[in-house]
Amino acid sequence: MTELNELYQEVILEHSKAPRNFRRPATTNHTAEGYNPLCGDRYTVFLDLEGNAIRDIGFQGAGCAISKASASMMTQLVKGKTKAEAEKLFEGFHRMVTGEAGNGDELGKLAVFAGVRKFPARVKCATLAWHTLQSALDGKQEAVSTE
Amino acid sequence: MSAAIHRTGLEALHDGEGQPHVSRALDVERIRLDFPILSERIHGRKLVYLDNAATSQKPRAVIDAIVHYYEHDNANIHRGVHALSVRATEAHDAARETVRRFINAPSARQIVFVRGATEAINLVAQAYGSEHVGAGDEILITAMEHHSDIVPWQILCEQNGARLRVAPIDDSGELRLEEFEKLMGPRTRLVAVAHVSNALGTINPVRRIIEIAHRRSVPVLVDGAQAVPHLPVDVQALDCDFYAFSGHKVYGPTGSGVLYGKTGLLEAMPPYQGGGDMIRSVTFEKTTYNVPPYKFEAGTPDIAGAIGLGAALDYVMALGMDRVAAHGQDLLAYATERVSAIDGVRLIGTAPHRAGVLSFLVGDIHPHDLGTVLDQEGIAIRTGHHCAQPVMERYGVAATARASFAVYNTREEVDALVAGILKAREVLG
Repeated sequence: MTELNELYQEVILEHSKAPRNFRRPATTNHTAEGYNPLCGDRYTVFLDLEGNAIRDIGFQGAGCAISKASASMMTQLVKGKTKAEAEKLFEGFHRMVTGEAGNGDELGKLAVFAGVRKFPARVKCATLAWHTLQSALDGKQEAVSTE
Repeated sequence: MSAAIHRTGLEALHDGEGQPHVSRALDVERIRLDFPILSERIHGRKLVYLDNAATSQKPRAVIDAIVHYYEHDNANIHRGVHALSVRATEAHDAARETVRRFINAPSARQIVFVRGATEAINLVAQAYGSEHVGAGDEILITAMEHHSDIVPWQILCEQNGARLRVAPIDDSGELRLEEFEKLMGPRTRLVAVAHVSNALGTINPVRRIIEIAHRRSVPVLVDGAQAVPHLPVDVQALDCDFYAFSGHKVYGPTGSGVLYGKTGLLEAMPPYQGGGDMIRSVTFEKTTYNVPPYKFEAGTPDIAGAIGLGAALDYVMALGMDRVAAHGQDLLAYATERVSAIDGVRLIGTAPHRAGVLSFLVGDIHPHDLGTVLDQEGIAIRTGHHCAQPVMERYGVAATARASFAVYNTREEVDALVAGILKAREVLG
């Protein structure tokens, strides 16, 4: 597989075209906005936290295939997890895409992003949603919004 | 024909009668040999450098001038009586004279060396603006300005309680001149306008803009950063009050740039920064300032940068700016035709008069993904908002892909770009 095909794997392209949880959940109590001023990618991550548990998560916004697919898969994986579990995933993901750690075998589905480490200019795309999630998790509790 | 002209990659400048052949095209294959970086291989491919509006590559003549300066002439200028200081000063002065010739300024004293177009505009905003723009006054710009021709005015407006007015553009990216004229009001104190838009490639009718402004005695700053690599510029014919450009976009070193100003304006302006070289005499009671341009050049300048810029401008002047412009127009027309023929391509910026820049989108492909695929093919383009976020907003896009051209680019490289775009559609399908 060429580096390019490794980066743009079928799963990633599929998620970028049909992102999961691409919505504002009915109930959200934590939100954060993530912005990459370099390329203009912009996402909002919405959380419905119950204590330390991520009861629901959604995102909205626009950006490149890598950032959008990363956000989509992130929402699938952290839904139902605790804050600590989500943070541990982010840590492993970050190490994988920056080339610090192995192939991401322990990261399950997220291993499809291992190709990013060959493209240093795209690391920020892959991690944008995760940084935004972290910021939402750290943020002060907002007034609950129910639509 | 002199050997020097040969080395600059120029075809015969003169025929047997010594008459210039202005119409003859650039010898691009020979020009390419002047740019060492063009033999770099990127991801195992031949480099196709189409990001010239961000910065151009440097010819050997520029690199050599900088190396020669540091190896043979390096000393501080305007200071020592020793031989090296004299040589450094002479080389720096010669570079200023070259810039004067390049834009046909009346005097080298009207050429202020700065770090780039950005600093030139900030200088005018602060030194001119502080005295001439007050509460309730207005500064008029256009909707296609680069951030460097927006933010310095916003800072000034914030400081002085003035107001920034923005003349709109039409869907093609052309300035709506009648709207511009309507926005010229009794409180307009300054007009600042791009000569060529970095995001759209539009060539603004700066001569007419200046006429309109001058009828109301309003001075005009022209941001020429994207114009000087592509068009012959004559500041006297334009009658602009200020002209700003960066050296690095016209084959010179980064960190070099120019502010041209009319003598009366420069003389009346207070200094921009204080320090050495910009003073006549200093006591703790009273400091008298030097004359322009030195008044605006506090501290030891980028001497090597100015010398490198002089070498760059000598280089393009030897090629002939008319021919440089014609080459750019040919490439842009060819690229416009080839790229717009690709299914799903949307051009951003279709004004009738454009230079240097082709901005586009390919279907739903994000420009960043396109840029990554092209990079793997050795093709360098810019993707993003091009430091012109209001332009992106005007077109309802977050980013575009931008190919921009220089004297060393060829139609074959445009073909490579087209092939790369087709490959991106395949990979990202």
